[in-house]
Amino acid sequence: MSRKKSIFENPVFLTLLAILVGFVVGAVFLTVMGYDPVLVYTTMISGALSKPRFLSYSVVYATPLIFVGLSVAFSFRTGVFNIGAEGQFVVGSMAACLVGIFVEAPPVIHAILCFLAAAAAGAVWGVLVATMKVKWGINEVLSMIMFNWIAFYLSNYLVTIPAIHSDGTAEATKNVADTAKILLPQSMRAGLAPATNWGILIALVFVVIVYLIIEKTTLGYELKAVGFNKNAAEYAGISVNKAVFTAMAISGALGGMGGAVHLLGLGERISLFAGQEGFGFEGISVALIGASNPIGVFFSGLFYGALKYGGSKLNLIKAPSEIIKVITGTIVFFIAISHVFKVLGKKKEGK
Amino acid sequence: MGNVRSVDLDTKVIEMKNIVKKFGDFVANDNINLTVHKGEIHAILGENGAGKSTLMNVLYGLYRPTSGEIYVNGKKEDIDGPGKAIQCGIGMVHQHFMLVQPFTVTENIVLGMEPVKGITLDMAKAREDVKQISEKYGMAVDPDARIEDISVGMQQRVEILKVLYRGAQTLILDEPTASLTPQEIRELITIMENLTADGKSIILITHKLKEIKESADYCTIIRLGKYIDTVKVSDVTEQDLASMMVGRNVTFKVEKEDKEPGEVVLEVKDLHGIDYRKVEILKGLSIQVRRGEILGIAGIDGNGQTELVEIITGLRRAESGSITVNGENIFNARPRTIFEKGVSSIPEDRQKHGLVLDFTVAENMVLQNYRKPEYQNHGFLKKDAIRRYAEEAVKKYDVRPDDSAGRPAGTLSGGNQQKVIIAREVNNDKDLLIAVNPTRGLDVGAIEYVHKYIVEQRNKGKAVLLVSFELDEIISLSDRIDVIYDGHIAGSMAGKDADENTLGLMMAGGVRHE
Repeated sequence: MSRKKSIFENPVFLTLLAILVGFVVGAVFLTVMGYDPVLVYTTMISGALSKPRFLSYSVVYATPLIFVGLSVAFSFRTGVFNIGAEGQFVVGSMAACLVGIFVEAPPVIHAILCFLAAAAAGAVWGVLVATMKVKWGINEVLSMIMFNWIAFYLSNYLVTIPAIHSDGTAEATKNVADTAKILLPQSMRAGLAPATNWGILIALVFVVIVYLIIEKTTLGYELKAVGFNKNAAEYAGISVNKAVFTAMAISGALGGMGGAVHLLGLGERISLFAGQEGFGFEGISVALIGASNPIGVFFSGLFYGALKYGGSKLNLIKAPSEIIKVITGTIVFFIAISHVFKVLGKKKEGK
Repeated sequence: MGNVRSVDLDTKVIEMKNIVKKFGDFVANDNINLTVHKGEIHAILGENGAGKSTLMNVLYGLYRPTSGEIYVNGKKEDIDGPGKAIQCGIGMVHQHFMLVQPFTVTENIVLGMEPVKGITLDMAKAREDVKQISEKYGMAVDPDARIEDISVGMQQRVEILKVLYRGAQTLILDEPTASLTPQEIRELITIMENLTADGKSIILITHKLKEIKESADYCTIIRLGKYIDTVKVSDVTEQDLASMMVGRNVTFKVEKEDKEPGEVVLEVKDLHGIDYRKVEILKGLSIQVRRGEILGIAGIDGNGQTELVEIITGLRRAESGSITVNGENIFNARPRTIFEKGVSSIPEDRQKHGLVLDFTVAENMVLQNYRKPEYQNHGFLKKDAIRRYAEEAVKKYDVRPDDSAGRPAGTLSGGNQQKVIIAREVNNDKDLLIAVNPTRGLDVGAIEYVHKYIVEQRNKGKAVLLVSFELDEIISLSDRIDVIYDGHIAGSMAGKDADENTLGLMMAGGVRHE
């Protein structure tokens, strides 16, 4: 049954094709709206990549997205749909913020404590949803969306607590202590974005950890078995409920750490939100573009981060930065229907 | 069984000439010819993966042939999709039904070609049409019942009616008896006879020889994608058909020497349990299986055998009673505990419970054992060891293709999927092996293997609990047979004394004797 694999069955090729189509569709929209797509795209690309400073900003933007992408990808691989990464991200930021403000510890260790707190908060947020699913059969997608809003308002409440509120006029919390920040040393940041931080390396470590869990461990094997076919897993003696808890806890912890890396690297404090920041939903796009593969997520996170930062430059030429949402939406759409390409590819070969 | 039907040999309804279908380098159909006449039941016989379904998918327009021609009523047709096939009067009933569960029978039948009155649906007419067709061919269906509420046999009739409603003259039935009870199979054969008496033709894809002998006029045999022969069914024996299909002589008789059973392995006493509707389905059932013995549980589907197995294996909680394995209590224990105490099982539904289809065969081979030190080290899987173990099993149990170990289980044919499960469960080497319909959907060649391994376990001194709807299988394998009826054991007999009639009567609740 050996036959040559068509290029249309290569997932990397399909993803690149979808990205290309995304840009083409974006160009169509831009043209219709009266903008010059070439100018917009060159502005975006040079704005994201042309200088070390821009490049480092792109990476800083990408880092939390990689965490949230990992969170969602992990959930996809283990059969739960973590649409609650947004909430986990927010409670993660809150936990990291509190530890960053109120705990005193030497550098490095302080940051680690913040990360642990964020991971724990995210995990708890995930496990609460899993508990409601397992104990009472409440649909996890619904409860996660609710939990996103609970986290949102909780965060806005946190900002108003006098002991936490900024001493200045800003509607935000106090800044986290310098010991909690994960910025690169001043000397290394010369010529780079001021917020350039170690986050990307931490993200890389977790890419490897998640990859190992999914591909190499008995834990990943159990979680995947439950995700693919919970009946067979149960038949073989794997506890389905335990697997759902574990998967949601890990996924939640990753989402929470996304919040921490954003706060300790770029944000420094939590501001009053006007609306959901959308990291969790961007994480879904990142996971889908990365084919739910940790290594894929790393690259798609970088891509998305660059797009997001490059897009922020568009107001310079008075073009709408929303165009990046059109592009990413189109990419995700075409990845979702990529089996169409496979079929088309096959037909072509059959002729 | 003589076929009194008059086949109109002068009218060729379907002719497929020199059909070749390649998938890449793989030749699924290699120069196959098929001629079907008016009023004929034409069986297509072949092992799992021989290319029967591919050929029919070509005829139904789901695949385009690489080369070859198709004639319908003598006219050459280019069937480029199911729409065209339906236009040509060809209808197909798939093995896995394609019905909308919450819709009624009528709604399903007319779906896609609903009669309309102005801009509204004319359901009254639809209902009338459905009733008329179903009565014409003796297919009793309740036009207002919802699909989710009716039996599998009834659902199949709905599928056939759907095809007839679209004006089919030739019906392709893909493994129609795979999920039917013996009674339902008999009813289906009657329906097929009614259809052909009315001038319809039927192409029957199957690997069940008995049904071919009972119903078909002609039979075309395909082996490994190649056309072997077309024979008149009344001229050949089941043995001939089997040999042509497999390409070697097949023994139907299971070789089994006499053996004195040893101590009790499984003991179930006064078991009470409820089904998913919370209705009591097991009403004080007791069985005993001993070492070196195969206990067959015969019974009509729905008398509690599914729940019995689910309870023993820990998937369902029992209400009361006791279950022990080698004297150890496993009543309402967790599946893993039960497995560790010595119970392995070949589940009834191989795709639902038996395999993780997205996992490779290798990963499936260790589904219960991945935590053993042979296969993991501090939580890290030893993928090479697992792979080697699977490759050995693939070789020993003749799973095809022979490089299956690294392939997702879902890409294997049904028979080979079953071999993977058998390999895993037999290799688990537990004191009790439970096998539920272990040969469902398999061809004679594969059945022979499965039976061989089950008997081998018994000969090694293991206890075997065999639950099957195939009476032949129960009779030929079992040392002892318990008949389950209405949630209890209604009767018992030695395997060598059993005959279908007595068992059939007991299964229907006719007699009760101990």
